[in-house]
Amino acid sequence: MDVLLTQSFLTSLIFGAVTAGMPLLLAGLGEQISEKAGVLNIGIEGMMLFGAYCGFVAAYYSDSFWLGYLCGGLGGMVVAGLVALLCIRLGLNQIVIGISLTIGFEGLTALLHYVQFSKTYPRLSPAPILAIPGLADVPVLGRALFAHNPLVYLAVILTFFLGWLFRKSYVGLNLESAGSKPAALDAAGVSVLATRSAAVLTTGFLAGVGGAYMANVGAGLFVPFMTNGAGFIGIVLAMLARGRPVWVLFGAALFGISLAMTTALQVAGINIPTDVVQMLPFAMVMLVLVIFARHSVLPPALGLPYVRGER
Amino acid sequence: MSLASETQLETLAPHRPGGKFARSIGGAVLRILLPVLLALVVGGIILLALGKSPFAYYSYVLERGLFNWIGFQATLTRMVPLLLMAAGLIVAFRAGIWNLGGDGQFLLAAVVTAALAPALIQVMPRSLMIVCCIVASVAVGAIWALLPALLKARYGVNEIITSLMMSFLGISFANVLVKLVFRDPTTTVPQTPDLPVEDRLPRLFDTTVHAGILIALAVIVLVHLMMTRTAFGLKLQIVGANPRAAVHAGLNVAWLTVATFALSAGLIGMAGSVEILGVWGTVRADWNPAYGMIVVPLVFLARFNGIGVIGFTLFFAVLMIGGESAARRIGVPQHYVLVLVALLLLFLALVEYLDQRWRKRVKD
Repeated sequence: MDVLLTQSFLTSLIFGAVTAGMPLLLAGLGEQISEKAGVLNIGIEGMMLFGAYCGFVAAYYSDSFWLGYLCGGLGGMVVAGLVALLCIRLGLNQIVIGISLTIGFEGLTALLHYVQFSKTYPRLSPAPILAIPGLADVPVLGRALFAHNPLVYLAVILTFFLGWLFRKSYVGLNLESAGSKPAALDAAGVSVLATRSAAVLTTGFLAGVGGAYMANVGAGLFVPFMTNGAGFIGIVLAMLARGRPVWVLFGAALFGISLAMTTALQVAGINIPTDVVQMLPFAMVMLVLVIFARHSVLPPALGLPYVRGER
Repeated sequence: MSLASETQLETLAPHRPGGKFARSIGGAVLRILLPVLLALVVGGIILLALGKSPFAYYSYVLERGLFNWIGFQATLTRMVPLLLMAAGLIVAFRAGIWNLGGDGQFLLAAVVTAALAPALIQVMPRSLMIVCCIVASVAVGAIWALLPALLKARYGVNEIITSLMMSFLGISFANVLVKLVFRDPTTTVPQTPDLPVEDRLPRLFDTTVHAGILIALAVIVLVHLMMTRTAFGLKLQIVGANPRAAVHAGLNVAWLTVATFALSAGLIGMAGSVEILGVWGTVRADWNPAYGMIVVPLVFLARFNGIGVIGFTLFFAVLMIGGESAARRIGVPQHYVLVLVALLLLFLALVEYLDQRWRKRVKD
């Protein structure tokens, strides 16, 4: 077991945890925004997947990781736009639409991948890394935490920014009331539909960027069905975070570690089938849910379309 | 989470069976056929964009899945797991419970049957072995849904998430069981010991279709009768329509939630068992047909009607079987069927919406 405690092993484990946790963080933050506004975004898996595909294609043809993130985010927004149109504008069932969007974009991205890449399976070059001067030289933790793709630092900053936004700004107040008491928001002269649409589009952007990170930085290539439930874990994170972005960050770190264990244990030469380790993150979700079940909080108007004057 | 939100979140099903269901047969046919047509048209446009001829694809699918005798038998065989899973989902959805963990329940039950069957056949006659396997698999499916059921019943934790998580967990766990516990030491690819063909479910007459189709049809009809004609079914429908009203009516909602989940997952477990007993005889490592998510749209298309779902299952089985041949022949991957199902569901919801608006306008 000595190998488990060596510096390089710990460094690579934590580094892997950050890489694996990033898409979950972005998905969780995105889902949190939607849920605050009263939209249960079951389609987030589809947003991540389409974001991953668009992000990979953009980065592959342009050689720019930033353009990859941008296009990934826009791809996620396309799916989110469908949610906004069908669920918020037309008031269709959010669960039915969410499932169909997830299934549909699973199929669509797999088809597109088949047509474009199934013969070549191209890979991207390793993502550029920004080492924070000083901090990155700390033993063990330095290389693990402070030498990442710049997007990671932006995501952490975003977490705290959202914390401020939710608590101290009108935008946060509007989101909150769109989910808790939409009629009150409407009476105050703010459009519920516009607030919710904006929330869902933001979710789509964040989930799409998360997907693009997963494909471009995490894997270096796009594989069909690659998100493998990450979007759903994002929903769990948002559910358990009770509206606090910082808790999404902690949760994402926790799941990131259990995901990173999958590869780390194999590297360390410990002989258990990958399936056992793959169970870790999901077992973790269930464990957390069982322990904190009574504390999970969702807004009262979650999942309900808003129709003015209807009670 | 307040009870009120739960109530309404779950009563958004496209159409609740009610008194006006038979309002107009023409309207109903239109509301079912129109989404199908629209999905096929938009799907065809996607095929065109991929450089394939939609007409060639669709006619090949029809020919291979429906008009070709071998293909048609494969279609009927494929209907078996789909029908049983649909039965499980109808029970849950009518009670307003979103059991989306079908894949995990199905696979674990399949593994249990695959492990039990070759052992049991040594000590008992085939018919008894089949009954034992099915009962065990039903139990396993139900047990796998217990945690989401209890969390939902006790704390109101959203069962969509918990059942999905248990599904991911179950898929990996099934693989662990195949690779580590029930592995047949004589094979190179990890799989459970093979159940000899003569010990599987009997074939019907001279066809390749196994007796599971009779079980599946009986179950779906029984489930439909149970949901529409018995007190228990009525109770579940009340819970589904309005849990708060159900509490006021003196129903034990927590218990009914657990019972619904167990019944639903048990039926899905039965699907896994029958699929192994009838078709495969073994579970290979990493085998996962992933029917769970795909059956959801079928159940919605049939508007939770057990009889109606038979037709949609046939339609979908044709698509799957024909699509598998087309994947090899025409070079359109199987994933295209996923797109088609998603489109179907989307247009179903849209047509439903337009229909409601139109009806409202007529009323005003």
